Amino acid sequence: MASKKKRNSTEGKENLVSPFPDEVLECVLGFVMSHRDRSSVSLVCKDWYSADRWSRTHVFIGNCYSVSPEILVRRFPNIRSVTLKGKPRFSDFNLVPANWGADIQSWLEVFASAYPHLEELRLKRMTVTDESLEFLAHSFPNFKALALVSCDGFSTDGLATIATYCKNLTELDILENGIEDLGGGWLSCFPENFSSLEILNFANLNSEVSFDALERLVTRCRSLKVLKANKSVTLEQLQRLLSRAPQLVELGSGSFSQDLTFQQYAELKNAFNNCRNLHTLSGLWEASSLYLPALYPACVNLTFLNLSYASLQSAEFAKLLPNCPLLRRLWVLDTVEDKGLEAVGSSCPLLEELRVFPAEPVVGGGGGVTESGFVAVSRGCRKLHYTLYFCRQMTNAAVATVVQNCPDFTHFRVCIMNPCQPDHLTNEPMDEAFGSVVKTCTKLRRLAVSGLLTDLSFEYIGRYAKNLETLSVAFAGSSDRGMQCVLEGCPKLRKLEIRDCPFGNVALLSGLERYESMRSLWMSACTVTMNGCRLLAREMPRAKKGCPSLRSHPLRIIISMHGRLSR
Amino acid sequence: MESTVTYKSDLNLKATELRLGLPGADDSDNEKPTTPVAVRNNKRPFSELSDESKSVSDAKDGDRETAPVAKVQVVGWPPIRSYRKNSFQSKKIETEGAGIYVKVSMDGAPYLRKIDLKLYKGYPELLKALEEMFKFTIGEYSEREGYNGSEYEPTYEDKDGDWMLVGDVPWDMFISSCKRLRIMKGSEARGLDCA
Repeated sequence: MASKKKRNSTEGKENLVSPFPDEVLECVLGFVMSHRDRSSVSLVCKDWYSADRWSRTHVFIGNCYSVSPEILVRRFPNIRSVTLKGKPRFSDFNLVPANWGADIQSWLEVFASAYPHLEELRLKRMTVTDESLEFLAHSFPNFKALALVSCDGFSTDGLATIATYCKNLTELDILENGIEDLGGGWLSCFPENFSSLEILNFANLNSEVSFDALERLVTRCRSLKVLKANKSVTLEQLQRLLSRAPQLVELGSGSFSQDLTFQQYAELKNAFNNCRNLHTLSGLWEASSLYLPALYPACVNLTFLNLSYASLQSAEFAKLLPNCPLLRRLWVLDTVEDKGLEAVGSSCPLLEELRVFPAEPVVGGGGGVTESGFVAVSRGCRKLHYTLYFCRQMTNAAVATVVQNCPDFTHFRVCIMNPCQPDHLTNEPMDEAFGSVVKTCTKLRRLAVSGLLTDLSFEYIGRYAKNLETLSVAFAGSSDRGMQCVLEGCPKLRKLEIRDCPFGNVALLSGLERYESMRSLWMSACTVTMNGCRLLAREMPRAKKGCPSLRSHPLRIIISMHGRLSR
Repeated sequence: MESTVTYKSDLNLKATELRLGLPGADDSDNEKPTTPVAVRNNKRPFSELSDESKSVSDAKDGDRETAPVAKVQVVGWPPIRSYRKNSFQSKKIETEGAGIYVKVSMDGAPYLRKIDLKLYKGYPELLKALEEMFKFTIGEYSEREGYNGSEYEPTYEDKDGDWMLVGDVPWDMFISSCKRLRIMKGSEARGLDCA
């Protein structure tokens, strides 16, 4: 039925009488949400490309240098929501110099004329200045949602302009940015008649905000679902906020330690008791074990508990956990130690994701968790499929046991904090550990390796990790062969980050065919030379020019030698 | 850069090299101090890294038996977001800098003073500060005889309420147990020594 009419519709949108299939197609495609699926859809045929082009309202750009804003707006005229990622992930760890790039301003200028109805902007690792925020606030009258994750270049003054001028704001999400904190006055800039806020996250700003302004804001924003306060908010203030907004589904508490009177504690407990809609809880700075029990009633429906800023000890942690039977995601500090992780294993049968962060993120420190905590979790939490585990020791046997208990890992990131550390019981390399991961976990998409590793571990990865998309490597490998194995063996590899490994030009150039389908390659402090880079650039003209095409995303290759970065 | 170490064949030798302790020792392969050495043997560390680990390994050669785990600064490692790293560092500084303020009285002085014990790294600095604050001199400390050469002796009240002579216990123990200081004068001070 559709084929005859399809031929007519190739005339395009210029026809006043829109052929029926176009609208139907666009309507149907509207249900395809994932950006990857939308990309695939657009490759099917010209009609589908066209339908996708006109109906797409949200665009995701994983590498801001892969396409210019001009080309973007030309292809997609009706965008309302943009997600942009900028700097390479290693910039989070101070491995990328300042002024590297990824500035949002040039994008905003193009958007201002092409997308005047822009509603949402979500940025990760971009440079955003206060001037850009001001430009944003004045250029898009319908602007609703701003999320800044791990960005830098702006201050609280920029937030003040957003608060002042974005009359339709529903979301302000400021997460772990390099922000210049000039004070908490920005929060008081929301006008008195402003009440549309649904999501407010200022947890990572340190300055004290006017509690009065905050309380009034929370009171009049009846649709507020997410509130993540910063550590300047006290327990007593938290109680007052909760009683204004019992409908919250995500809460980030402020500081969780204050000398409360008996009466105040009772009120706090009562407030939490009325907040049974919470599915996410975070914050809890300086959590005092005295007051944790006040939380218990609010944990009954929790699926995500983020304790990564609360230095809990194993005992109080073990008492808290049984109150969270539905927990699926858990982030903790390693102050809970192996004993705390044993409690996770016994109290959280539905757990799917566990992240253990180090309280003391240095090489050669002490304390924290070991392989036995990891094994204990895996015994009780068979559904575990995502882990980020910072530890100071690990064994091949333990990792093998873990993946045997939990074969469905999609994201396996273990960081043995002392570089090149072998199996601490056998003193052998950790090759077999990651070998068992890739052999057992066939769904593995993301892997971060650590410890003492030879080329053997990379042979395993190349041979078995057929679904691997992201690989992070540091202080590992013995020769070029390691990197070659990965590039040759992992067909779905998209992001490869390498630092301090003995991989040189041979390895780099062996991936020429692979790079076509990858998003980014990062290599720093390896044995690549300038000549190797030049050779690579010569062989990969598309990557060099940054010319987008329908079929591939231009690759970003970043190679750092002695601190000099070449893009 | 030629230092590509092949671990496959050399592993066992390397392992013993990495160990802390006398050559020929079998066990204790899980001594943490192996780590900085391993870092030094690694392929191509950052220059900061090799500098750090060099000084660390020097220290280790000095006292092999009891070297504590040395903290090494490696740029961008472990891979924790700067925001998170900074929030814990500032936390440490906060708790470390919370200040231990204690009252200091001096026999004969009309009013008391307060000092922050956290500001000083050890007894010599503290005593010097007290000398300057109250314009007097403290004598030479010796374990057997206390302070000789002056009529003043620095004392403190500890957690148990006892008056102790400043200087007898290790510094860290002192600052955690000291509740107030008193600079005793004359015969009363002598009494402490004999006790």
